Order: sequence, then C-alpha cells, then structure tokens
Amino acid sequence: MAKQIHYEDVEVGSEITPLKKIATTKMLVQWAGASGDFNPLHYEDDFAKNLGVGRPIVHGQLKRAWLVHLMTDWIGYKGTLKKLSCRYKGMDYPRKMQNFDDPVDGETWWCKGKVTKKYMEGDECLVECEIWVENGKGDKTTPGSAVAALPSKSK
Amino acid sequence: MAAFVVTDTLKAMIGRAEDPVVQKVEEGAIQRYARAIDDPNPLYNDVEYAAQSEWGRLMAPPGFAGWAVKSKGFDMFKLFEKLQKAGAPLGLLDGGVEFEFFGSIGAGDILISVTRIANIEGRETKMGPTMVTTVETISMNARGTVVMIMRNTLLQF
Repeated sequence: MAKQIHYEDVEVGSEITPLKKIATTKMLVQWAGASGDFNPLHYEDDFAKNLGVGRPIVHGQLKRAWLVHLMTDWIGYKGTLKKLSCRYKGMDYPRKMQNFDDPVDGETWWCKGKVTKKYMEGDECLVECEIWVENGKGDKTTPGSAVAALPSKSK
Repeated sequence: MAAFVVTDTLKAMIGRAEDPVVQKVEEGAIQRYARAIDDPNPLYNDVEYAAQSEWGRLMAPPGFAGWAVKSKGFDMFKLFEKLQKAGAPLGLLDGGVEFEFFGSIGAGDILISVTRIANIEGRETKMGPTMVTTVETISMNARGTVVMIMRNTLLQF
C-alpha cells in the first residue's frame, strides 16, 4: 500500500496512481471460480463466436473489480469507497498462457483515473473521480466513476 | 431497426423480489476473490496481518458481496432463463454496474441479500432491438444494516 493520502493532498485534476493489470486465460478461470460467473462467453470459443464477440472476452465484473482495486489502493486504509459505477463499453480479450505462471506477450491494461470534484458533506471530505480501464491501444473500454471519503489532516 | 418492445408478461416481472439469500462470509472466499483480481492487499489475504489490524479479521474488498450473492444461493442465470421464458431475447451481455457502499464486510459476517428486477425497458442498440434490465441487489448484515446496493444493467438482444 502506498502512503496514506489525505483530502488536502488532492485537487480537481489530480491523477489517481495508475494500476497495471494483465488479463490472462488463467485469471479468467480464477475469477469464474471466485465469482461464480460460469457464463461460457468467457471460456468457450464457439459460444463467444456465435454471440458475435469473436472469442472469449474478459468478464465485465472482473474489470469492475480492478477499478475497485485502483480506488482502494489510492485512498488507503483510512479512506472509504462510497460509490463506484462503470460501463462495459468495449470488449477485452485475455492473453493466453505459455506455461503455468506466465502469459504470452501481448496486451497490458491500465486502470487510471483523476479527481473531478472535491467537497465536504457534513463532516465527510469527499472526492468524485472519473475512472477507467484502458487497453493496450489506449481505448477506455470500461469507463466509470467513483466517490470516496478521504481522511483530513485537520482531524 | 426499432427498439425492443417490452411485453406485459415481462413488465409484470418488474419489482418482484427473488428469495433472500443468507450466507456467512468465509475467509477462503475472500482470499480466492483477492487472488483472482490480483490484489495483494494483506487485509484481504493474510489472516494474521488482518487479525493484528484495527479491523481484527480478514476484510473483503468492496464489491465482494455482489459476486458472493451470485455464487452462493442466488443464480443470476436462473433469472435470465425466467426472463427468456417471458419473452426476452437470447443474446446476453453485462452492460455495467453501480455500487453504493454503506459499510464494510469481513470474515464471519452474515449477509442477507435480496435481488429484484428494478426496471425493464426496450432500446435500440448496435446489437439491434435490445431489452435493458436493471437488476438490484440489497445486502444487509445480521444487525439489519444495509451494507451494499448493487444495480446491474443487463443487455439482452
């Protein structure tokens, strides 16, 4: 975990520390097991092809969980995530595995974001953020937003 | 191309709640979830670290309850089948999600979750006539405090 961030440390436009992710077929299997989402769209070639997406795609909810990870790492233990939403706008395709641990070379995803508003509500110090998952081409395949409470140095 | 027409049979499903799901949050389930998303935060992974922390136990990442409801007792795919039997198109994609978090969830907590179809509407999308369904899940803890509301948008085309 990074050093604890405080409300006074951020301004509108401040960047959220980017988080690197690599979706692999192994990760999709792990997510299916952990999440209970066994939709064949995420592991069955013909099923995905028939649905018109070409081949198995990364679960939208997995990308959503990456965005939660982006936010919780950034706000630290003393921050509280209040809201998070995202749209699964573009398809993402996992890298295949070349051995038990390593994927083949290929696409890397980045979870990114920036502060769009900071305000007080009661005694809470809140920040609103634009967040997104960006694919290897720089496309925002999973845009979203989040609201978090940050600790204040003055309390 | 035209928007999907929502039939009366489908409209009648709006607001109807599924059976509540009651579950205990297990340490192993939290650890598997954290591993699957490649989040090494020791608060989600390391039982001893978490026990020494101010929370005193393994905590779940926000959003954990959303999947736990799906995997443990409430089968989202059964709901899709019900919708399809009522006239929804067969193609299905997850359109997005909205979460509101009101409290933290940790190992040992009992969660009671209720899911209902909050809305169904017809739209025209790049997939053709599309039925857009909002599925809402409200999870509360054993003290009756709502800890999370999740709204999923499903696209059927």
